[in-house]
Amino acid sequence: MIKHLDSTTSAKIAGALIDIRKEAGAATTGAVLTLVIETDERHHYYALRAAREASRAHPSRILVVIPHPEQPFSGLDAEVRVGDEMGPGEAVVMRLNGELADHADAVVLPLLLPDTPVVTWWPAESPVDPASAPLGKLAMRRITDASGTHQPSSLTERLRGYSPGDTDLAWTRCTPWRSMLAAALDQLPTTVKGVTVTAEVDNPSSTLLAVWLGWRLGVPVTLSTDKGPGITGVHLATDAGEISLTRPDGMLAVLSMPEQPDRHVALKRRELADLLTEELRRLDVDETYEEVLRHITDHDVAAIDEVAPTPARPTTITVTAQPKDGPLGDQPARHQAQSAGEPEAAAKAGPAKAKAGAAKPAAEPEQGGDKRGDAP
Amino acid sequence: MSIPSAPQNKGGSHPGFQLSQAEKTQLAHETGPEGATNPLRDAVDRRLPRIAGPCGLVMFGVTGDLSRKKLMPAIYDLANRGLLPPGFALVGFARRDWADQDFAEEVHQAVKEHARTPYREEVWRQLSEGFRFVSGEFGDKQAFIELKETIDKLDAERGTNGNHAFYLSVPPKFFPGVVEQLHEVGLDQGPEGSWRRVIIEKPFGHDLASARELNAIVDSVFPAKSVFRIDHYLGKETVQNILALRFANEMFEPIWSRDHVDHVQITMAEDIGIGGRAGYYDGIGAARDVIQNHLLQLLALTAMEEPVSFDADAIAAEKTKVLSAIRLPDDLGTYSVRGQYAAGWQGGEKVIGYLQEDGIAPDSVTDTYAAVKLEVNTRRWAGVPFYLRTGKRLGRRVTEIAVVFKRSPFLPFTPTQTEELGQNALVIRVQPDEGVTVRFGSKVPGTSMEVRDVNMDFAYGEAFTESSPEAYERLILDVLLGDAPLFPRVEEVELGWEVLDPIEDYWTANGKPEQYTSGTWGPAKADEMLAKDGRSWRRP
Repeated sequence: MIKHLDSTTSAKIAGALIDIRKEAGAATTGAVLTLVIETDERHHYYALRAAREASRAHPSRILVVIPHPEQPFSGLDAEVRVGDEMGPGEAVVMRLNGELADHADAVVLPLLLPDTPVVTWWPAESPVDPASAPLGKLAMRRITDASGTHQPSSLTERLRGYSPGDTDLAWTRCTPWRSMLAAALDQLPTTVKGVTVTAEVDNPSSTLLAVWLGWRLGVPVTLSTDKGPGITGVHLATDAGEISLTRPDGMLAVLSMPEQPDRHVALKRRELADLLTEELRRLDVDETYEEVLRHITDHDVAAIDEVAPTPARPTTITVTAQPKDGPLGDQPARHQAQSAGEPEAAAKAGPAKAKAGAAKPAAEPEQGGDKRGDAP
Repeated sequence: MSIPSAPQNKGGSHPGFQLSQAEKTQLAHETGPEGATNPLRDAVDRRLPRIAGPCGLVMFGVTGDLSRKKLMPAIYDLANRGLLPPGFALVGFARRDWADQDFAEEVHQAVKEHARTPYREEVWRQLSEGFRFVSGEFGDKQAFIELKETIDKLDAERGTNGNHAFYLSVPPKFFPGVVEQLHEVGLDQGPEGSWRRVIIEKPFGHDLASARELNAIVDSVFPAKSVFRIDHYLGKETVQNILALRFANEMFEPIWSRDHVDHVQITMAEDIGIGGRAGYYDGIGAARDVIQNHLLQLLALTAMEEPVSFDADAIAAEKTKVLSAIRLPDDLGTYSVRGQYAAGWQGGEKVIGYLQEDGIAPDSVTDTYAAVKLEVNTRRWAGVPFYLRTGKRLGRRVTEIAVVFKRSPFLPFTPTQTEELGQNALVIRVQPDEGVTVRFGSKVPGTSMEVRDVNMDFAYGEAFTESSPEAYERLILDVLLGDAPLFPRVEEVELGWEVLDPIEDYWTANGKPEQYTSGTWGPAKADEMLAKDGRSWRRP
């Protein structure tokens, strides 16, 4: 059921949630996390729908925040939705009018479920530095989507704003590709000498996939653009011959391996709800994503930025993926701190060089790490 | 106001100390066997699922109920979740005169009807390219030669690399024939560097001697580590959760012993009768069908000590220890009960009794209900009875483990104030409505002090996914990955029979099963059994 509360407060919303639950006969909530969504009118419907789907796997209290700073009077309007099509979770859609639009954290804080994780998701526009945005500060995990708007936000921006706990759905979109490529190399353990990734122009996922391959395989990666949709192919040149995974139609891919028959692989571009479900499965820092960002060098950024403004012209860049002096270079590697019993991992991460001026000023991964007791 | 993120000290090992052997095994396990050679695999990269390597599955008995309702849908669901390797092959073997397409059509029907995940054409296309069918009898050498040719061809066409699992979804009497033929045509050995595995379903014999015989047949062809015995209960999320509940938490383990536990009740009740399974069921009975495997496994997981790691050997070692410590009561006449369902009204539907079922002799002494009291002779459990019961046509379908705690040694309340206070209990609901219930006393609101039992509930379906993977999905994937922690070993099967054989012998020598009305909670003698100990069965 949906209950409308106009000119209301967080306390009244919290009261309404309890009342509705009691009326429905369910005394407790099974929600395991609070999902805060900050978005605009145009995107909120699809975001809420995806969040509700994801809620079937990860029951959540969903708090949708839609700022309306253009409104003349400051105030809070809310719709509380519980039960029926909501599945096991509950949702509140809140419109923050006027001056209140700048104080979303004050509205959201009293509505967070006690002692459970908070995830903030920006389905469309996202702040440059998610971790220090008002709603980002409340969360242990922050999800952005570089492809969420018509003009994908540049990789450089993403890099500058990174803090541990951030992930981007562009990275999530890589997972099926990554797992299939890993499976291919399971089948044929061989040395890879070169990699080519082809994708639609302005596709942030392809860059992340290219850098990941470059980092893990230790070879240069060529990234070239075509008509898409999305990522269209990965070719690995190996000692044994070429391994390729190509997906021209966005649905069914073909895996070709040397001396083996071509095989079909279902590799459908996934719905938003599936991506979000995968994101919510792990609520700790995605160390692999962080390492991928760390392996993007200034040279790569320059090359990628050069491609971006000219979407009409297919271009080829070479991702070198050396963790020397990228924009993330001055952040201490997390690997070292955590892998006491895993010497190779520490060696892999390598010493991170400080490089003045290239990156955002202070990002301390330990921040808050020891202060669990501070949480309300 | 920042909320912290990174969990610390994940491995649980202390910095500055060497890893123990068990921890090393576990690390290697997480990295996977290919971890060392495949640069794209990384233990911290948790998004990448474990995909089985190139392989195929050969199914004997594809026309059976289990295969249609559970196995084929599970294979599709695995494919849909992207967990099967590209080029995965499924070979059906049965007596039908089918072509590959007919078999694919059969699987298609099964998938459409019973699969858990939505039907997707591109997944079906990928999967169905690897379907083959071989027609033949289980003892027919020519058919097995044909099977071998089919498999060799798959290795060439689909790149299954000689890795094949044989799923024997057939009655045990066919095991010797199938295993023998596999050996005869050389299907038990793959090319260098490949694996062959065999999956068998219960019943693993009907007593210790027959179980040993069966094991000897399978062992003569396949090495022990290539034999996977499926107990589908162990693939259930809730059963695996017993280990998480006990060993990942601090609040339960300290009270998990004779100091605080009064007794444990393990129940598996079905509301259905034997259906069309008269041929299989008569002469076997509830105790052999359920207690010997499922209930004793649940007992083992509930009572075992903490394993040093979560790999297959460590868990099997602890389970084996507990199973070997089980003692039967001296007075089997009082502390073991068997029954047969009689006609009645079950949930508003008129049903017939066991002796009236088709294909059952009117003087059959097969038990459709069995209850038994066991003890575990260890320091942790000495003196704590474990009551196990199972039956058909009981009140409702439910499987649960109830750990019932002792009463508080002193109550600062008057007897009237605590009249409605029972014993605290922790109930693990295995199925349906998976979850955990904790029962404790609470003050009734009002001016007087009155304490009454209340329930606190954790529902799996509410806190996690509505659609947990089916047990068979997990188990089939584990076989393809060669991962064995969820499969009972041959020692466990034999220990199970050692527990049950004396009870069956006693029953054979003494009396016959008591009749109980369908739709009730079993024979009166089962209630008397607990009443004699001053206890009573929970109504599940």
